Amino acid sequence: MNLNILDFERPIYELESKIEELKNFMKEQNIDLTEEIQLLEDKMVKVSETIYQKLHPWQILQIARHPERPLTSDYIQLICDDFLELHGDRHYGDDQAILGGIGLIEGNPVTIIGHQKGTTTRENLQRNFGMAHPEGYRKALRLMKQAEKFNRPIITFINTPGAYPGIGAEERGQAEAIARNLLEMSELTVPILVYVIGEGGSGGALGIGVGDRIIMFQFSYYSVCTPEACATILWHDTQEAKNASEALRITAKDLLEIGIVDDVLQEPRGGAHRNPVAMAKNLKQSILQNLVHLKTLSKEELIAQRYSKFRNTGQYLDIQINQSNQI
Amino acid sequence: MFRELFRSKNKYVTVNRDPQYSDRSEHETEKVPEIRERVKVEKEGDHLWTKCKSCQEIIYNKKLAENQMVCPVCDYHFRISARDRINSLLDEDSFIELFSEVTSTNPLNFKGYAEQLEKNQKKTNLRDAVITGRGKLCGTPVALGVMDFGFAGGSMGSAVGEKLTSLIEYAASKRLPLVIISTAGGARMQEGMLSLMQMAKTSAALARYAKAGLLYISVLTDPTSGGVTASYAMLGDINIAEPGALIAFAGPRVIKQTISQELPEGFQTAEFLLEHGMVDRVVHRHELQDELSRILRIHRMVGEVS
Repeated sequence: MNLNILDFERPIYELESKIEELKNFMKEQNIDLTEEIQLLEDKMVKVSETIYQKLHPWQILQIARHPERPLTSDYIQLICDDFLELHGDRHYGDDQAILGGIGLIEGNPVTIIGHQKGTTTRENLQRNFGMAHPEGYRKALRLMKQAEKFNRPIITFINTPGAYPGIGAEERGQAEAIARNLLEMSELTVPILVYVIGEGGSGGALGIGVGDRIIMFQFSYYSVCTPEACATILWHDTQEAKNASEALRITAKDLLEIGIVDDVLQEPRGGAHRNPVAMAKNLKQSILQNLVHLKTLSKEELIAQRYSKFRNTGQYLDIQINQSNQI
Repeated sequence: MFRELFRSKNKYVTVNRDPQYSDRSEHETEKVPEIRERVKVEKEGDHLWTKCKSCQEIIYNKKLAENQMVCPVCDYHFRISARDRINSLLDEDSFIELFSEVTSTNPLNFKGYAEQLEKNQKKTNLRDAVITGRGKLCGTPVALGVMDFGFAGGSMGSAVGEKLTSLIEYAASKRLPLVIISTAGGARMQEGMLSLMQMAKTSAALARYAKAGLLYISVLTDPTSGGVTASYAMLGDINIAEPGALIAFAGPRVIKQTISQELPEGFQTAEFLLEHGMVDRVVHRHELQDELSRILRIHRMVGEVS
């Protein structure tokens, strides 16, 4: 039995196994059940469409955290003609929670940087569940500066519950490392594409998240803090996490509406983990399209547009002119 | 010699308030301290004295205020309101508030947020968690942003981000040195991702400001944490911290929960950050004005504001 099936996914998996059963039965007994199978398959499409059309943010959060959800390394493998990982921040160490390197996508040189979770417990410990230390953010910055030097576009993949809250992280300046990246990324003279592929956890996500296009995968989330933390801090009750996931407006659809992200990448039916190849194809297409557009801009235009993009985020009231600044 | 010039002031500047809000300032201004005190004695007797959180000494409030909210016995630095901070740093009557019209709204229709904003506005007589403006520090014009922990834990939402960004841009356009005094719990949760993005917005403005070759001094006070530390508060050309201030990315409680072990003594204090190379200096509140003016003098920043 697959332990990684989410509750709301169950009806789909049940129908799937029924279809499988019928197919086997058909083979063994040599009876024609094509019609029945077709009926069930149609039903499956309908059921999953209904389920995935009205997912609660809490359910989207679960898909974003799904153990089988494709990782940065998976997408790199699926979209690159060639890729070389580069290690280390040149100051302290090599943080395995952030993966970075250089490669080619359809012959285009790029630098790719992303949070990297593990697939096994052992790997997850090694990669600290995708929660980076300052050296991770500093490695990212080093690679971005390198990309700028060689005029390579930068692609970042966000997938972290947050920057790691630990003693060493504080000692080595977690806050400074993130802050520095925000400042530097705002002025890099090469195109930066940011994809939120899974979890977009707060400052730890934003630390590699300043770019010309911010694009979210359909079932990813991006939040100022985890709904669990929000529930604990504001309502002193972890049971409220589900409500917090709704109130914080963390889904791709919400954030597109609010104007935080530029685009949403549709995922294959049931989420990226059901068909990583199809997802990677969408991703690659999106990367190439955006790069073509951004490469037409001069360095000055690129930076000016990036500045005004972030300059204009926020909703507040301006009492003097009595107007609300909506984006 | 110089120090004496700055330190022993009996009267500090009054922050110019918007006339719109003058109904509140009536019983807040320093013109009528006697009345204010009498009311306090009659109504809230316990507001006359404060117990020091560090040495447990009982201190007469008036004495504490005169001492810039520093315990006269053990030097513990109490939290101080943005207005008191401005009064203690800038030359008398030199402060002109800017961008005061920018106020928070409730963009996500977050439950209880509108009420909370109103409550905080009443409590602090501020519109949001930061006051921005320009003034003179020992004669030198500066752009100054001061956060107030009393307003929603000094959290940064759209309004705080917008005011600070406007201030940074203003300072750049007038070629003024910039001082931001931080105290914050982090990004304001009730505005969700809009708050988080203020980190990128303020940092991008600082990048431009830095490129113009201008001086930014960040002063970190108790407590500064989360998204504020991880953006403008850590990006000063010179970072200054107040003694004993808690300065963190993740708060001690979160770290304790994550690693489930006791934290080392003095962890995340200003002195700890100094030791680990994150701040340039730890400066006593009584020395702050003098230190800032010395730094400004060394940088010879001359602004357009006269």
